[in-house]
Amino acid sequence: MEAMAMMPYQQEQTNHIERPIQHRFSPYDFNGGTVLAIAGEDFAVIASDTRLMTGFSILARDVPKTTQYTTNTVVGSCGFHGDVLTLTKVIQTRLKMFTYLHQKEMDTSSVAAMLSTVLYYRRFFPYYVYNIVAGIDTEGKGCVYSFDPVGSYERETYRAGGSASSMLQPLLDNQIGMKNQEGAKQVPLAKAKAVALVKDVFTSAAERDIHTGDAVCIHVITKQGTTKETYPLRRD
Amino acid sequence: MAACAELPAGGFVFENCQRNKFLESQGYKVPKAYKTGTTICGLVYKDGIVLGADTRATEDTIVADKNCAKIHYISSNIYCCGAGTAADTEMTTQLISSELELHRLNTGRQPRVCTANRLLKQMLFRYHGYIGAALVLGGVDSTGPHLYSIWPHGSTDKLPFVTMGSGSLAAMATFEDRYKADLSRDEAMKLVRDAICAGIFNDLGSGSNVDLCVITKDKVDYIRPYEEANKKGVRQGKYRYDRGTTVVISSEVKKVELEVIDTEVRAVPMET
Repeated sequence: MEAMAMMPYQQEQTNHIERPIQHRFSPYDFNGGTVLAIAGEDFAVIASDTRLMTGFSILARDVPKTTQYTTNTVVGSCGFHGDVLTLTKVIQTRLKMFTYLHQKEMDTSSVAAMLSTVLYYRRFFPYYVYNIVAGIDTEGKGCVYSFDPVGSYERETYRAGGSASSMLQPLLDNQIGMKNQEGAKQVPLAKAKAVALVKDVFTSAAERDIHTGDAVCIHVITKQGTTKETYPLRRD
Repeated sequence: MAACAELPAGGFVFENCQRNKFLESQGYKVPKAYKTGTTICGLVYKDGIVLGADTRATEDTIVADKNCAKIHYISSNIYCCGAGTAADTEMTTQLISSELELHRLNTGRQPRVCTANRLLKQMLFRYHGYIGAALVLGGVDSTGPHLYSIWPHGSTDKLPFVTMGSGSLAAMATFEDRYKADLSRDEAMKLVRDAICAGIFNDLGSGSNVDLCVITKDKVDYIRPYEEANKKGVRQGKYRYDRGTTVVISSEVKKVELEVIDTEVRAVPMET
């Protein structure tokens, strides 16, 4: 009876056939990057680290993954940098066409809707890009939209995306969403507190995520326009 | 035969191999061993050997240990840097260290670096590279300073300067640029420091601090850390929680009967 129980193992040993290995071209790479956006009452903050990497190498230390699309819309995009550049180019072209046609800038909510359409157009050969849109909505309130690479999107109050997103998001849930805290009051987030929080979460992410580092680029968006700040992170 | 416990035969036990292969074929995930992206290097200078290592240990893309020791003790005059599978470098160096100590007690002589090298390469060759240890072995013995690099399959090189690990290219670039025979102690330490820093800053698998080990005829200086290559960022906000933030679901007080002989309460700062 003991020998019967052993049977499957012995059979397994003879079942070894070497198959030829097929090498194929991979159209994608992963260039790291973390983006983070927070919507406040009358402002929005969006930040990204400035490291560009592949494998175990650093390609550049000063490439922010954020792009200003309109006066009050900034988009953070990370993943495969080749697709980030192409997608950014496509979106900016369409925004230009929109402004020429309508003689006004596109609303943040419309930028988000258009981005979703552009992403879904490539449903079966996607842009390998994680996007987060931050801006001011038509009522003057801060808004954040988060996307997956094929165009699913929703409006949120805070969101982390990219390489260290799984480290940042729980901290934001706790500090902004006041999750898992007994008796904590939900107070409106001050602009200075949001910026300080962004710096702290990126500092922490740089400690433990090998892809995140060098510097973090922070945009603060208000009705008046956008300000930009760069804050150093560890470089190893 | 009286009932006595059988002595372990020594060496690895392979009795689970067939079972694990079967489980794998049934779709069970095999646990991954913990590997360290690493920069390690060493060089021969005028009076001896300088070994260097970074202190980052990674688990895939996450930093698992920000300050781990990669320079291992072999004997009082020989040290060994390890890259690759963390458990393999640790256990292999411990095993050879122990064998060499027995050899020293048997012969009554200070062990030679070439002996350590031979023991290590024979052990690694025996396991066909399945022991994933890439080593930089250095020491000073009766015949002078010696430096070896040892590959996981068991091949070795005896050279005046060597590098290993994922940051080996960055470190070797530094050595190729600036290595000279008969460097002074300070020059040698500076060069090894710069080579390790090249790895720390340009290789994502390496990071944190620089450890050095300077071995001369009659002295070993194990300097850890030699340099904190990266300063930790300073927090802007305060993250203290009010008392009662954590929910208490239920509480119960029980009396534990015990005899208190001595009590000491000390606060130890957490290493972060």
